[in-house]
Amino acid sequence: MKNFADMLLSREAFSEIVMGNTAVVRAMIEAKTRVVTSYPGSPTPEIASAIAGIKPEDRPFYFEFSTNEKVATEVAYGASVNGHLSTVFFKSVGLNVAADTFVQLGLMNLIGGMVVILGDDPGANSSQNEQDNRHLARLSYTPIFEPADPQEVYHYYLAAARLSQQLHIPVILRLTTHVCHAKQKVSFAAWQPVPIDRTPAFDVNNGPYMPLTSLVFPMKRRALNNLHQVAEMNDKDQLNRLIDNKNRRQGIITFGLPFLSLLDTLAESGGKPDILKLAMIYPLPNQLITDFLTSHEEVLILEELDDIMESEIKRLAFERQIRVKIHGKTDIESWVGEYTADKVAGLLAGVWPEMAAKPQPATAFSVSVPPRPAQMCPGCGHRSAFHAVKQALKETDIKVADIGCHTLGFMPPYNMGQLLMCMGASTGIGAGMSLFNDSRRVVCFLGDSTFFHAGIPGIINALFNKHNITLILMENGTTAMTGHQDHAASGRNFNQETERIPVRSVLEGLGVKNIFEVDTYQQQKLTDMVKEAVAIEGFAVVIAKHACMLKLMREQRRKESFQAKMVSIDQKTCNKAHVCVSAFACPTFVMHEDGTVDVNPDLCIGDGSCLQTCPAKAIQRPENR
Amino acid sequence: MKPFNIYLCGVGGQGIGLISEIILRAADRAGLKAIGVDTHGLAQRGGIVSSHIRIGESVHSPLVSKRKADLVISLERHEAVRAASEYLTEKGSLVYYNTSWQPLPVRLKKAQEISVQQVADFCEKCEYKLFEVYQKDLPDPRMQNIALLAAICRNNLVAGLATSHYEQAMGDLMSGRMLDANLQLFNRLVSN
Ligand SMILES: Cc1ncc(C[n+]2csc(CCOP(=O)(O)OP(=O)(O)O)c2C)c(N)n1
Repeated sequence: MKNFADMLLSREAFSEIVMGNTAVVRAMIEAKTRVVTSYPGSPTPEIASAIAGIKPEDRPFYFEFSTNEKVATEVAYGASVNGHLSTVFFKSVGLNVAADTFVQLGLMNLIGGMVVILGDDPGANSSQNEQDNRHLARLSYTPIFEPADPQEVYHYYLAAARLSQQLHIPVILRLTTHVCHAKQKVSFAAWQPVPIDRTPAFDVNNGPYMPLTSLVFPMKRRALNNLHQVAEMNDKDQLNRLIDNKNRRQGIITFGLPFLSLLDTLAESGGKPDILKLAMIYPLPNQLITDFLTSHEEVLILEELDDIMESEIKRLAFERQIRVKIHGKTDIESWVGEYTADKVAGLLAGVWPEMAAKPQPATAFSVSVPPRPAQMCPGCGHRSAFHAVKQALKETDIKVADIGCHTLGFMPPYNMGQLLMCMGASTGIGAGMSLFNDSRRVVCFLGDSTFFHAGIPGIINALFNKHNITLILMENGTTAMTGHQDHAASGRNFNQETERIPVRSVLEGLGVKNIFEVDTYQQQKLTDMVKEAVAIEGFAVVIAKHACMLKLMREQRRKESFQAKMVSIDQKTCNKAHVCVSAFACPTFVMHEDGTVDVNPDLCIGDGSCLQTCPAKAIQRPENR
Repeated sequence: MKPFNIYLCGVGGQGIGLISEIILRAADRAGLKAIGVDTHGLAQRGGIVSSHIRIGESVHSPLVSKRKADLVISLERHEAVRAASEYLTEKGSLVYYNTSWQPLPVRLKKAQEISVQQVADFCEKCEYKLFEVYQKDLPDPRMQNIALLAAICRNNLVAGLATSHYEQAMGDLMSGRMLDANLQLFNRLVSN
């Protein structure tokens, strides 16, 4: 087996098939990055998986998962002003959480340098929106590099680190989902480790670091000056590529994954426009773009999501009075979704039809396949919780969902979740819904990683302002949805064992009077507790806990002594009430056409949480396979 | 050379990542340029997971376009039909492992399960080459992906990849007991 961790630490140059998220780790090592922080979120958590492969004592940098993106950004900032090259990474919406700190970074003299890696998600593959974080880069005067593939991820991180160290400014490396996860053979350079400099280099004379009143203005001027200088440097940046097909009529300016989609569609259509492919996409290389605009009759701006580059280029053309026809976004659809080759072909067809690859017609014959929404795993403690909570609530009660695996409780047959916003928002939203409301009880759900991330302020608010809501804390001991990262109540951080911070102790410390706690597999007890909790006037919390079974099973299977188990159905006892398959709805149960129910041996983990759901007691105890 | 596009799919939890990485690395071992991309995130919880592989000198984006896959590989019966309808090109090949993980609407009796016969009819009418794989004596259901891989190798569904390339790729990604068990199964099924 290849040892990928050893490879990441290789002294010699090498090439290997890796995903973008792995390539960036080698770049961090070569750039001598010293402090790396994060909070997990797709599409970036595999960066941490690659780091985890390297033994802590072999890592040439410090890494932590912080409690949320804002704290992660602050830790990286602190390290940078102390002289260390640092990096923080998180998903698109993570920047909203980090924003209060992030927007200030450009004002600061980051003597060590700092790279902010953003995992944006065009196509909303696993996010609650597809926000275009280039807006926040503009807001904070922060340059952005955007690679198209894993090889570029590696090169652009190195370029971002160099620029950041040279001007002492934050620099963004903006990745998108299918750049993070794309796999290709990447060539890496040699690496010579140097010992970590342990001198805390922080010096107020490098500041000011106190953006207060009149001090804000010189700091802002410095940020703007830097941005201006970066724009000029971008004009000469060798990473920008011009594909000159000697086409003086049609030119395209693009960047990132849409560039690759464009090449695919052109390979099929045989179209040959000139292409200017940018590496640093903010601030723009004004002269380079001016030259490109001037030398073409028509220029198409091909940019995913919002029309940021298009607006800037149009402004440039206007200011410099360049006579060129600029094609940009035309309709709402051009603002929506990922720019795949199919999407790009569709857009090209509206501008220069001869350049677009023809879409394939649908198959002549079709079969309707039932949809397959994501769902909770076999044995998931959240399933038992939703099944039990549902029995305690009325149809008219309001159920506020939050972000995590337990969001999936919104689906039938549970329907436990009617509104969703972002991490930690449920308690605040629920509080608002409890006002002027005497008839519909409000129940909020919250995961345990989210509790620490952004959940606590909403809880304190509910106490402080005496809101009448019930919070159900879905405690599974891990950050499950994003791949089982440890959190403050796990008893481990990324690097070592730590003292657990139990959610219950936090709640008690805050003075929550009504705390119920039960393992979710005790469904009847949970139902009773929720009934009691919602009857309380004021704030009550039910801790509905059960270890994440996906994580637990993975750990168990690795053991030599592991013995697989599964339940079975006694067909003679089964009275086809179908509670197991239709109400409890574990994916393990198979519904046959004649109404008999079976167990899928591929899926059952033998946890037995289903036994209590059967009114006829037809589900047999789990047995060894 | 025209690109060769492969679309793989299955249900979260079936182990699509391993088979996809083996094929990608086998192509590389065979000296071909290959790129790919996998689904990560939410869908891994019992939803549809997919993986794209593109082989050839002039491939750019790692994503396979709709109805441009030369080969669709599915670890599950419903997903086989869904993927073939969406991704398979004219005269393409579908290879799938014949197991059913019933989607929620089927379990709730709101939709019908896709049958083996429906898959066969669909492929016949669309003129797709069909390879149905099922192995009854598997030591572990999580080895269905290796049974499928053996069928892909045996029927030479990815041109240019020899048995040894698949074996080397498996050796790159696994070790110890797991490698032994998987190689043993793979070799037994390939030589059958
Ligand atoms: C601001 C922000 N950061 C990160 C994420 C990614 N994310 C989605 S679900 C989730 C995990 C939540 O974990 P937990 O609350 O423990 O619930 P579980 O999945 O374990 O049920 C995270 C971090 C996000 N959606 N928003």
